[in-house]
Amino acid sequence: MDAATPAKKKAIIRTDKLQAYYILDMQGTQKIVKAVNDVSLTIYENEIYGIAGESGCGKTTLLKALFNDFVPPMRLTGGSIFYLLDGDREVDVTGLSPDEMRQLRMEYISYIPQGSMSVFNPVLKLKETYEDFVGSHRKGQSREETFELARHQIEVLGLPANVLELYPHQLSGGMRQRVTIALASLLRPRVMIGDEPTTALDVVVQRGVIQMLTTIQKDMQNTIILVTHDMGVHANIADRIGIMYAGKIVEEGPTTQIFSEPLHPYTQFLINSLPKFGDKNVRGSVPGSPPSLADLPSGCPFHPRCPHVKDICRQQMPDFSHPDENHKVACWLIGEGNHG
Amino acid sequence: MDKLLEVTDLTKRYAQGSVLARIVLTAADHVTFYIKPAEIFTLAGESGCGKTTTAKVVLGFEEATSGTILHNGKPQGRKEKVWVTEGVQAIFQDPFSTFNPLRTVDSYFHETVQNYRLAGSKKEAIERIDQKLRLVGLSYAEFAGKYPNEFSGGQLQRISIARALVTDPKLIIADEPVSMVDASLRMSIVNLFKKLRDDLGVSILYITHDLATAYYVGDRIAIMFRGNIVEMGTVEQVLMNPRHPYSKLLRDSIPQADPTRRWTTTVSLAELEQEEYLRRGCRFAGRCPDAMEICRGVVPADLDVDGVLVKCHLYADGHSVHDPS
Repeated sequence: MDAATPAKKKAIIRTDKLQAYYILDMQGTQKIVKAVNDVSLTIYENEIYGIAGESGCGKTTLLKALFNDFVPPMRLTGGSIFYLLDGDREVDVTGLSPDEMRQLRMEYISYIPQGSMSVFNPVLKLKETYEDFVGSHRKGQSREETFELARHQIEVLGLPANVLELYPHQLSGGMRQRVTIALASLLRPRVMIGDEPTTALDVVVQRGVIQMLTTIQKDMQNTIILVTHDMGVHANIADRIGIMYAGKIVEEGPTTQIFSEPLHPYTQFLINSLPKFGDKNVRGSVPGSPPSLADLPSGCPFHPRCPHVKDICRQQMPDFSHPDENHKVACWLIGEGNHG
Repeated sequence: MDKLLEVTDLTKRYAQGSVLARIVLTAADHVTFYIKPAEIFTLAGESGCGKTTTAKVVLGFEEATSGTILHNGKPQGRKEKVWVTEGVQAIFQDPFSTFNPLRTVDSYFHETVQNYRLAGSKKEAIERIDQKLRLVGLSYAEFAGKYPNEFSGGQLQRISIARALVTDPKLIIADEPVSMVDASLRMSIVNLFKKLRDDLGVSILYITHDLATAYYVGDRIAIMFRGNIVEMGTVEQVLMNPRHPYSKLLRDSIPQADPTRRWTTTVSLAELEQEEYLRRGCRFAGRCPDAMEICRGVVPADLDVDGVLVKCHLYADGHSVHDPS
């Protein structure tokens, strides 16, 4: 069991009270969008970690922060991000220079975006893009060696061998997304981050892409952090899931536990609203709509939509309580008086 | 049998490329189906299967290459476009591009009321609009004077449904109405369709690739592949016990929200959509696990398998040709 023994596993990426805000100046008044608000995550080696939540909950910002890619107006306003370098050296990457960070990208951590059309230069053959990406990391390597590496990997992953000679527009959406993943995994990074990598795809193609992700993960024994709002995808590949709401992780646990006994009312809504084959019982959706990250409600941000709201929920954000070793949840309903 | 909409042998061809290297793609190939009053009929399949082309032709946005469309028994086509706006209304995929960001949302409602002379006075118009908004869980007071960016995607999609309801249509054509809406809010739209069918007797042509909501809300379903309907029947028959190899693949590829039922088998993907469109014989033969010699040369007939239309050579023995009525 991968997820059951996290104590023995090394944390490959860890955040401590991470805050990433968008600070916007609107006609003299400052508007602060709290997209990632005090998130402390620990993600281990050799696991697939899923992050789920509605659009506008800060999932993509969290991924950008994990990638240590802060582009204004997005700013790191607090906390730290640790990478485990060389297998045992934990480094706070928020202090690294842009050049040092650039070396880590592709080799230590790589990013798979949602719209794969924008990854590749539309007027270059794919092999030129490969050359671009890999060239700066393998200084002494010739073009032929780069192409050889790329061709070998393309074959191992079961993609057609001539794909490198094509232009991006000649590929279908699914093929392009698979080539993007192939490129992201080329230098065997320890961590791969996927931002909704299958969302724009058809179900059969989505299945092919997920299949490829799991094959890569099994082969390289690395970590994949996968953001998607599709709980079906999480159920299929994630080892652990973190549920994100309004810039905070509100529940985290092994996939089987999140699905069999969701504890946070929001997670319960997410799981119970999913239609299932062979079951036509009426299903409700989460009532109301997600809060604006620029104007969060007081206390627990879910309280305006929560059916079990109590007075304290309106006043104070609960800390995590631990129903068991691997499962944590931030809700006043769970674990009386254990919120410190 | 009462049929609200009857589509027979609808074919739409597109020519691609220059005069010298012209390729003709048949985006919809002899598509035949009907919709009964107060019924949710689903047209499902992956992108590029022809489901949106079918909707466009039915709505009169495109002219069919051949085939007939009967609405309440009367022939319809691009020339008789007017019918579209009378008893048939449409809902589209992206609620943010449905509405002009520089216009207030309520202006669309007043425009619809005026165009069809549905109200004698401003007060009457507001009453009518308010009544439709209440059906989708909103009210006139909370939406008057607001711009599209002041609503969430789910709200805006419900507003576009209310807008479609202003003319009291009997048929709504919904092209991927939930694919841009968050999973957590998707059920509010789908439950609304159920309500419209059960309480108001509205029929819905539900075009989607989301089979789980199609099962939840739908009555009958047609699975399309590269321009052909390959399987058609009730949602129970088609989705709980798919017969066509493509329907099986599609059904098995939906990720189930159940970590104990993960995929164990692998799939092979199509290399090029265009090749499948131009394929002789059965268009699925290149990827089909059960492909036989005959599949690569002969187009299968529409067979009747226990009341379900199945377009596949596997069922050629002992099954008669499907009767479209």
